[in-house]
Amino acid sequence: MSIFAVLIALVAGACSGGAGGGTGGGTTTITLAAVDNPSMADLKKLVPDFQATHPNIQVKIVTLPEDVLRQQVTQDVAAGSGRYDLFTIGTYEVPLWAKKGWIENLSPFIAKDPSYAPDDLIPGIRGALSYNSNLFAVPFYGESSMLMYRKDMLAAKGITMPDHPTWDQVAAAAKAVNSRSVNGICLRGLPGWGEQLAPLDTVVNTYGGRWFDPQWNAQLNTPQWHDAVSFYINLLKTAGEPGAGNAGFTECLNAYNSGKVAMWYDATVAASFFTGDAAKNSGYAYAPIKVKDWSGWLWAWSLGMPSSSKKKDAAWTFADWATNKAYIQLVGTKLGWQHVSPGTRTSTYDLPEYKAAAGAFADVTLQSIAHADVTHPTVDPVPYIGVQYVDIDEFQQLGDKVSQEFAKVIAGGQTVDQALAKAQALATDVGKAQH
Amino acid sequence: MSSIAGSGGVRVQTAASVARRAAWLRRLPLLPAFIYVILVTQIPFLLTIYYSFFSWNLLKPGSFKFTGLDNYARLLTDESIRIAVLNTVVLTVAVIGISVVLGLAVATLLNSEVFGKGLMRTLMIAPFLIMPTAGALIWKDTLLNPLFGLLPYLLTPFGLGRVDWVNQYPMVAVVAVEVWRWTPFMMLIILAGLQSQNPEVLEAARVDGANSFQAFRRITLPLVRPFLELGALLGSLFVVQTFDSIYMLTFGGPGEDTTNIPFLLYLVAFQGFSIGQASAIGVVAVILTTIIATVALRTLFSIFNVEARR
Repeated sequence: MSIFAVLIALVAGACSGGAGGGTGGGTTTITLAAVDNPSMADLKKLVPDFQATHPNIQVKIVTLPEDVLRQQVTQDVAAGSGRYDLFTIGTYEVPLWAKKGWIENLSPFIAKDPSYAPDDLIPGIRGALSYNSNLFAVPFYGESSMLMYRKDMLAAKGITMPDHPTWDQVAAAAKAVNSRSVNGICLRGLPGWGEQLAPLDTVVNTYGGRWFDPQWNAQLNTPQWHDAVSFYINLLKTAGEPGAGNAGFTECLNAYNSGKVAMWYDATVAASFFTGDAAKNSGYAYAPIKVKDWSGWLWAWSLGMPSSSKKKDAAWTFADWATNKAYIQLVGTKLGWQHVSPGTRTSTYDLPEYKAAAGAFADVTLQSIAHADVTHPTVDPVPYIGVQYVDIDEFQQLGDKVSQEFAKVIAGGQTVDQALAKAQALATDVGKAQH
Repeated sequence: MSSIAGSGGVRVQTAASVARRAAWLRRLPLLPAFIYVILVTQIPFLLTIYYSFFSWNLLKPGSFKFTGLDNYARLLTDESIRIAVLNTVVLTVAVIGISVVLGLAVATLLNSEVFGKGLMRTLMIAPFLIMPTAGALIWKDTLLNPLFGLLPYLLTPFGLGRVDWVNQYPMVAVVAVEVWRWTPFMMLIILAGLQSQNPEVLEAARVDGANSFQAFRRITLPLVRPFLELGALLGSLFVVQTFDSIYMLTFGGPGEDTTNIPFLLYLVAFQGFSIGQASAIGVVAVILTTIIATVALRTLFSIFNVEARR
């Protein structure tokens, strides 16, 4: 009996200890779970500027790597624990979570601030962060995908890359420049729905493939998928980087920066990290195509507010400050114009200082984002939204498993047909659950 | 309540309650530890068992409903689980087998009179002291990387220069890292066994004309056998739970080639957020580990008994 009394006292004590704190002395403390990327690191540096004008709001930023952030935040909103008042979420989460009522509709908050100018947000991004025509998250950073290439290396073989290349042209160029010391192209092979599957999905889309037909029947056994995946993996094997199964964004960036690959198809943000010869001699082209034009992906890290937050007004005050035009000016003047997060506001691309810093890829970025259509990613109609992902709960697991099967093909452990047969079975199960 | 009974009864009662109070006083200092253990092990375990009877996906609000043994039934039919169990067995058997043999070899070497024994012993133990995550990263990036790794560089003369070990031979890579990690552990346990051996016995054998292999085979090996068993069983207990090196090295892939039970559990719980299904896998994993642990503890006690009888 006494043991249980002690136990209950202990548990009760632990609970009350955890719940307290935060709202003492007229100041409100808000907690932001942020993804570990350079834009968020800049935000962290500028928090004192926010505090100077808003002394009654304390901001605590918890920085986590992408996969850990996704786990923590998902558990937090699913359990409604209210641990965070803001978090960075991607275009994948926003419509899904808005539908479940896990995140707050921000349109009423935006309406209160006449200086916010929501129409200035780049249309593709605004669409991806909306649910039922209301914004449920505000963009902090946006990206599409593009082809980056070394003009000098291609010129040495007499190749000029058009602005809107086809995948066949890219493959021919990659094979022409491929040599013992330089590989033709770097493409992500690292398993994961956010790694390998992102560029591969855009190839599938432009080949006319889709994950599901409008009745949610899995479509991975179609010739389009077979051709697209075979093309991608063959290109990797004939002119791609060695150890492709471990190559993600970072690995490709290192390879491109050190001149080990002549081309790289990846996120538009990649060009901001170029150094040396890569920075001097790079050309930028739109995402290569096969059948469907404008095949670039669309992703945005944005600030969302969980419905379980008890400090919504304070949280919005910070989100507003961190995503409006004034913040972009602040980053530009205080940290340098190359630090400005790309892909959020159209007006950013009119700033002469930004244009000078972002250079040749600014226009490709803006146009790619503006033309990415999350509701029509491929030739045929689809029942889902998302370009390089399928916006359903099960996709994280499905995408990870399918990309693992493709990784096994890259490693030589099975054929494209074997991988697609397994992927089709996995997707069929997921499709059934959508009815 | 029985104080209304006769005076004799009262005295008996008092004596009993004094004894009980004394017993409680003796237990009192243990109470914090006891409560702590219950809080952090038993309550979560009971909750896990409870959740394993429910279909519950965190991503699907309102999916929490009682489904009886459904989650367990799925364990029997799911292809991924079958593969994970097989991978766990392959990984455990390979790692324990190789590290016991290597551990025995190194322990025998360190038990003999060899130059620089102390330094060698310290160096041999080092892998066991390195954080598993850091160890796996070092293996992946500095040793096995096909572009700038040390191993592909050293193997270039043999035509194995650009082999992508982690992707082409994922299980070999994981086993290699785990063997590197567990050999020192085996060596320590076996060395303890070897050092408890009476050198006079070996001397007697040599006088009787046994060569060193015969002496090792007939005298040393039977003596260290219980230590080999203990090392193997304790080791299996840990290797069954291998997670760090798989997460860092292969992330269970390519395909499902290196997904073992703990990693599958992680995928189901934190990629799929299927709490019910993950709980069922957890319960089964605990039962399997408990079986190994029971055998391990029996062996441990039998060694103590032998030691005590001497």
